[in-house]
Amino acid sequence: MAVAVEIQKTAALTGNEAAAQAMRQINPDVVAAYPITPQTEIVQLFSTFVSDGLVKTEFVAVESEHSAMSATVGAAAAGARSMTATSSQGLALMWEMLYVAAGMRVPIVMPMVNRALSSPINIHCDHSDSMGARDSGWLQIYSENSQEMYDNLIQAVRIAEHPNVLLPIMVTMDGFIISHGMENVELLPDQAVKDFIGEYHFPYPLLDVEQAKTLGPLTLQDFYFEHKREQAEAMYRSKEVILAVAEEYAAISGRKYGFFETYKMEDAEYAVIVLGSTAGTAKYVVDQLRQAGEKSGLVKIRVFRPFPGQELSEALSGLKAVGIMDRADTFSTQGGPLYLEIKAALYHAANQPQCINYIYGLGGRDIDPPLIRQAFMEVKDLASGSAAEAGPTVRYLGVRE
Amino acid sequence: MTLSSQTKNLLKVHQDVDPDIKPNAGWRDLPIGGVIPQGGTASQFATGDWRTIRPVWSKEKCINCHRCWLYCPDMAWISEDGKIQGVDLTYCKGCGICANVCPTKVHAIEMHPEDDFKDDEAVKEG
Repeated sequence: MAVAVEIQKTAALTGNEAAAQAMRQINPDVVAAYPITPQTEIVQLFSTFVSDGLVKTEFVAVESEHSAMSATVGAAAAGARSMTATSSQGLALMWEMLYVAAGMRVPIVMPMVNRALSSPINIHCDHSDSMGARDSGWLQIYSENSQEMYDNLIQAVRIAEHPNVLLPIMVTMDGFIISHGMENVELLPDQAVKDFIGEYHFPYPLLDVEQAKTLGPLTLQDFYFEHKREQAEAMYRSKEVILAVAEEYAAISGRKYGFFETYKMEDAEYAVIVLGSTAGTAKYVVDQLRQAGEKSGLVKIRVFRPFPGQELSEALSGLKAVGIMDRADTFSTQGGPLYLEIKAALYHAANQPQCINYIYGLGGRDIDPPLIRQAFMEVKDLASGSAAEAGPTVRYLGVRE
Repeated sequence: MTLSSQTKNLLKVHQDVDPDIKPNAGWRDLPIGGVIPQGGTASQFATGDWRTIRPVWSKEKCINCHRCWLYCPDMAWISEDGKIQGVDLTYCKGCGICANVCPTKVHAIEMHPEDDFKDDEAVKEG
C-alpha cells in the first residue's frame, strides 16, 4: 500500500482546483450544479473534464441550487454516485433539499466553499452558511488548506457510502482564502483513488426494475419517529467509519486525519480552538509563543458533524482555559456555534477549563497573527487567574469598536 | 473494520428486505430512510376521505376526450377500452381539476358538496 505514496504527483493548485481534481478522480455518475462565487470554479473546471471526456459523468446544468440538490437527490436515489457543489446563498437555497437528502439517506458528497450569508451582501469567507446547515443531518468536515480539501473529499465518498452510514456529507474550505489561494498539493494517482473509493452500490436503487420500491413516502405518526431514530444512530455509527477510513487513507497517502488535530497540546496549559484556514495562522502564533516559553496549544476541529464531544472533552481536560474561535455567530446571545458545542461537551467533564468565545472574521475580515496572539494572551490571563476583570465570555475579535 | 451487531442487522435489512413491515416493528427493524420495499404503494392510501366536494359525471354528455383522466392528480378516473367509466371515490380528493378541464361545451362533470350525498350514504348504510 505504501507504493501510492511514492508516486504521488505534486501540483500547484487552488482549493477549487484541488476539489475539481478530486471530483475528476472520483468520477461520479451524476453531477448537477449551479454556479456561485466562490465555488463556481469547481463545477466550471469539472464541466470541462466532462466535455473533454476525462470523466463519464452525466453533468446536469440546472437553474438553481434548489434544483441542483433536488436533481442530485433524485440521481442518488436512482442508484448513481452523485455530487454537487455550492456556497453561501446557494446552500441556503438548497435548505429544504438538504434535509430531504439526509432523511432519504442518500450519500451525496458536496464540496462547500464557505462564504458569508446576506445581508449585507458579501462574497468573502465566514462559516455562517455551513453552520446554518449544522442540524440538517449532513456530516460536515472542515478543511484547513487545499491538500485537506482534496484528501477530505476522497475520504468523504467512502464515509458517506459506508453501509453503516448512508448519509450525505459536505466538505468545506474557506472561500477565497483557500478556494482561490494556490499552494502545493500532493495528488494520488487516478487508479489509487479509484481503488480506494471502490464501486458504489446504493441498497435501494430506484432503477432496479426487478425489485420495485417506494422512496421518500409519506410517513406519519406511525413510523416517522423510528426513521429519525435510525438516522440519529447512523450519525453515531459514522464516527468509527470516519476513523477507519482515515486509517486506510493514511496507508495510501501518508497523510493522517482524525476528528481534530492537536498542535503542541502535550504540555499546554491553555489553548485556542479553531475551524478551517485560521488554523494555519494560529499554528504560526503558537510557534512564536512557544519560542517565548509560553505553554500554549491549538486544537483544529476537522469533523464538526458528528461532533466529537467526548474525544474533545478528553483532549481539553487538564487545561485551565480555552479560547474558542467562531467564524459565525448564532445571534442567540449565547455565542458562536463551535463555542456552544464545546461548552456542551465539557459539561460532564471532570476538569472543566474556563471557556471564552471569539467571534471573528465575519464577511472575510482578515484574521492576522496579532489578533490571534491577543486571543491567546487573554486566554492565558484567564488560565492564570490574573485577568484584571472577568470580561464578557463572548467577545468580538477584530471588529472596529 | 469489524461490524457491530447493529450493522449486521442493517446489512441484512439492505439485502433481504421484508416487504411485510410489521406494525409493531422497532426502529432497528425498518429499511432505512423511509424506504418501502414495494412499488405502487400509493394505492394503499385512500385519499378519498379528504374530499369535501364530489365530481358528478354524466355518461350521456361525456365525449371521452379523457382530459379528466389525463389531468387527475390521483389517477381516480377510470377508463376501459377508450371509454370513461367514472371516478373512483376511494382516491378522489375532490380537487375539481377534472370539472375544470372538461370542455366548456361538454360540461360532463359538476362538483357538488359532499353534504348533498349524506342522505344517500345514510340510506345505503341503513
